[in-house]
Amino acid sequence: MMRFFDDIRIGDKVAIGSHLFTAEEIKTFAAQYDPQPFHLDERLAQQSHFGALVASGWHTAALWMRNMVAYRKREADAMRRRGEPVPVIGPSPGFKEMRWSKPVFAGDTISFTTEAIETRVSKTRPEWGLVRLLNSGTNQDGVQVITFVSTAFIERRDKTPL
Amino acid sequence: MPKFYYEDFTPGKTVEHGPRLITREEIIAFAAQYDPQPMHLDEEAGRNSMLGGLGASGWHTCAIMMRMICDAFLLESSSMGAASVDEVQWLRPIRPGDRLTLRCHFLEGRASRSRPEMGIVQVRHELYNAHGDHVMTMLAPQMLRRRNPGTPS
Repeated sequence: MMRFFDDIRIGDKVAIGSHLFTAEEIKTFAAQYDPQPFHLDERLAQQSHFGALVASGWHTAALWMRNMVAYRKREADAMRRRGEPVPVIGPSPGFKEMRWSKPVFAGDTISFTTEAIETRVSKTRPEWGLVRLLNSGTNQDGVQVITFVSTAFIERRDKTPL
Repeated sequence: MPKFYYEDFTPGKTVEHGPRLITREEIIAFAAQYDPQPMHLDEEAGRNSMLGGLGASGWHTCAIMMRMICDAFLLESSSMGAASVDEVQWLRPIRPGDRLTLRCHFLEGRASRSRPEMGIVQVRHELYNAHGDHVMTMLAPQMLRRRNPGTPS
């Protein structure tokens, strides 16, 4: 969602981008952050319950974020070109209900989306709204591989306290 | 052979790991690749944001926590991965120069009904900085192979 808090409606959903996961980058991420054998080595992954090399769930989540930032940047650039004010997006206090429902294998292309499911004005910081987002990633066969519910601070156009 | 199986992670057990130094270079390198928002890339942009200074991407913090969990016990265990995370709270910014300590609290465990070789342990993972500030919490079930598959738990 690249809008001021005031303009976000529950049910707004956008496709933010997609990413092809290569074996090389799956192994590079795993070597640094999640060096479990099934993320790190094709042969060991074959012997595991996954049966093949799979991306760390954190790698999948990080690529959702990368696509989200790129989407927001494209939208912000378009708003600036139209001479519109661009809302500030704040940090996130966290997320819940992350499900890695199916493995992400080398060669999979994951398409990511985000959907507004709840909005409220921050009580302690009235210049900000809090938006709850349902985020997901789906592979090339239409199978969902990741979902989670995140919270983001988004600037209000109308900054009067409730 | 794994050193630790499902049965070893009994309720009430805790594991501590660290401290691990977080550098400016790695905060910026992760952000540049996965979360290129100015507050994770640039000191001044961080100061002008709610973070009040350059702070690590929350996803970087998750990745660092994952690595610390691997080094604390997971790589020596019969891990079968994790299929979900119940909740992550990013409580305070993580700064260049922070030294993070991980504490894992093992809560209740249960045998998998559908997979007799597997047990699932609920774990609360916490990260603290050198001042003792609680900076992140993650609540997640960990799947592990059982030492004694198929026996009632």
